Amino acid sequence: MLKAFVARIKQGYRTYPFPKKKPSLPERFKGRPVISDSKCNDCKKCISICPTDAIIANGNKIELDMGRCIFCGKCEQVCQNKTIIFSREYSLAAGKREDLLLKSQEFKSAESLKADMLKIFGRSLKLRQVSAGGCNACEADTNVLSTLAYDLGRFGVQFVASPRHADGLFITGPVTTNMKLALKKTYDAVPSPKIVIAAGACAISGGIYSGHPEQTNGADNSVPVDLYIPGCPPNPYTILDGILRLLGVGS
Amino acid sequence: MENMLKIYNCGVNDFKNVPCLDILKFRQTIIEQVNSGLRIATLFAMPADKLVCVLADDTNGSLYLLSSKVSKSYPSLTPACPQAHLFEREIAEQFSIIPQGHPWLKPVRFPDSSLIGITDFFKVAGSEIHEVAVGPVHAGIIESGHFRFQCNGENVFHLEISLGYQHRGIEKAIRSGEQKRLIHYMETLAGDTTIGHSLAYSQVMESLSNCYVPARANIIRAIALELERLANHTGDLGALAGDVGYLPTSSFCGRIRGDFLNMTAVLCGNRFGRGLVSPGGVNYDIDNSNISDLKQRIKAAFKDVSNAVNLLWETPSVLDRFDDTGVLTQKDCIDLGVVGVPAKACGLERDARFNFASGAYQFSQIPISTWDTGDVFARAYIRWLEIQKSVNFIENELENLPDGQTLSNPSALAANKIAVSLVEGWRGEICHTAITGNNGQLLHYKIVDPSFHNWPAIAIALRNQQISDFPLCNKSFNLSYCGHDL
Ligand code: SF4
Ligand code: SF4
Repeated sequence: MLKAFVARIKQGYRTYPFPKKKPSLPERFKGRPVISDSKCNDCKKCISICPTDAIIANGNKIELDMGRCIFCGKCEQVCQNKTIIFSREYSLAAGKREDLLLKSQEFKSAESLKADMLKIFGRSLKLRQVSAGGCNACEADTNVLSTLAYDLGRFGVQFVASPRHADGLFITGPVTTNMKLALKKTYDAVPSPKIVIAAGACAISGGIYSGHPEQTNGADNSVPVDLYIPGCPPNPYTILDGILRLLGVGS
Repeated sequence: MENMLKIYNCGVNDFKNVPCLDILKFRQTIIEQVNSGLRIATLFAMPADKLVCVLADDTNGSLYLLSSKVSKSYPSLTPACPQAHLFEREIAEQFSIIPQGHPWLKPVRFPDSSLIGITDFFKVAGSEIHEVAVGPVHAGIIESGHFRFQCNGENVFHLEISLGYQHRGIEKAIRSGEQKRLIHYMETLAGDTTIGHSLAYSQVMESLSNCYVPARANIIRAIALELERLANHTGDLGALAGDVGYLPTSSFCGRIRGDFLNMTAVLCGNRFGRGLVSPGGVNYDIDNSNISDLKQRIKAAFKDVSNAVNLLWETPSVLDRFDDTGVLTQKDCIDLGVVGVPAKACGLERDARFNFASGAYQFSQIPISTWDTGDVFARAYIRWLEIQKSVNFIENELENLPDGQTLSNPSALAANKIAVSLVEGWRGEICHTAITGNNGQLLHYKIVDPSFHNWPAIAIALRNQQISDFPLCNKSFNLSYCGHDL
């Protein structure tokens, strides 16, 4: 017992003061892409190299769909003109699917819930996670939010064991055809009003597996989605930032 | 051994040199060789009704290849060779080749979604027997799968595991010739094993294109593979502590795991190592400031993890729950062809880094850690032993990083070849096999995640255990659902 106390003292206080203090992300971290159309010479190399068809030509402009993007950085490498550059901005979440389509203008971050919903969920939000295919990395980086480094509980947010105890779903994975029914049943088991968060390229668009007949190209083909968190997987801070924006907390 | 073609890890040979035996001879050879100590690394069917098997000899690092033509059915290997059991079910599901006399011929991944989870589950009858069904959606943030227990009170008579919920058709997509996503499929076969699988894939591609990998790249790969092991082992020890309600280690390790993931992010920007490994080497080099950063981080994290994990071995209430729980005997391990942590926890020296050394492990050996009690304690303790060795390895390699390139440019794949690559991922042996066609295109690609070998072992370890110990036993294996379902 004594040893546990000594260990506790040695381990120290490790919760990061987010969102008061911005996290320092690794130098090579790829965050929100920035597009400067004026530099584009219309070579379309980025479009042909992108593994998930996330880049679309619109006239002589390009648009990048963060909901499909897996942040592999290949488009950035292949572009000689630096039309696409990955910044280290980790705040990526949006409330509407179309807001994830980046053009060369300002990105529209997720807004907080409407006042009536905020009144219900603003101080206590219980989520049921559903792993609907995918590779388990989104799950892993969601799981860490409950560790003491991020301490999700201090915002009143908690992952719970049963959909019946939950205020909403947190979905990862492209929704495989084998998980579609289970997802639907879990959704139905959550009492209304409820919210749905789709985290990761898979859950937004099918990601790397989009187009495969074994999956259904993302959660919003099965249930209505209130918050989209891009990434493959999203960094834990990207997820946390998204949830906090939904709750209108701080950042 | 005249019935088999011998190669070494990352070896390549003409596909036509793989002996093509009569099916009865094929069957008999596998059974005899497994009885004499080899094990099945992979066994699969490919178009034109061909079966291919790779047998591994842990004692001398050799791999033996053999094949056979089959028509619609053949006499099953499983009754005489239980480790073929899941492979044969997969063959039946993917290619409609029926292993006759297979005692447990059920779906593996339920490619027909309308039938997901519908199978004739094994039932124990009796007035005091009850059935408990868990999943696909579980209580925590974990992947989806279905577990069916036959219990007498608290006591589990039988557990049946039915997966397939994470099936997203990767092997089929690879076979259809998809190119742009290939490396991304490999990185996400099991997202917590990004380095392990992308390395196994890269090695296969390098063998097929006779590509030389710079020494510096090999070492960065090995460092990344050990960081992956460190993160996952640390996370598992924390989770095991959590499952027995010992919160100090559980909460410390949850954070320290993140420290290891963040070291991988120093290498390539992504905590899971996405984008790092590529055929030909690695996509990112590290400079001196990265090296000193890593050295400092690994030292600090090791200090923290030692402090956190050693509490486990000193706490009687933890040991009481770990000892003698979920015992897997060495015989069961051998029969089922178990690999990785649970095999080492039964005293089996199965570790591809040592037995089938490739890349940097050919020059810097990591001795195999074993324990012999086969219980939750042993599986936990193996992780701790491996953590210490991995830290030691990384520290040494960072000291001695040779100069030079980190990426060479692989040429086109050679035609009509077969190549096999084994990598010791943190869960155990990963096996990738590739076969090329007339134009050097990928004719067939077969992936075996260590979980594929090990899932049946959980069911055996659970027999006569308390059902309340299931989470603890399950965690002590911590197998991948998506790596199994593909
Ligand atoms: S970073 Fe995103 S947009 Fe660019 S190539 Fe990769 S997936 Fe496509
Ligand atoms: S979005 Fe990427 S990281 Fe998340 S589950 Fe899908 S493949 Fe894995």
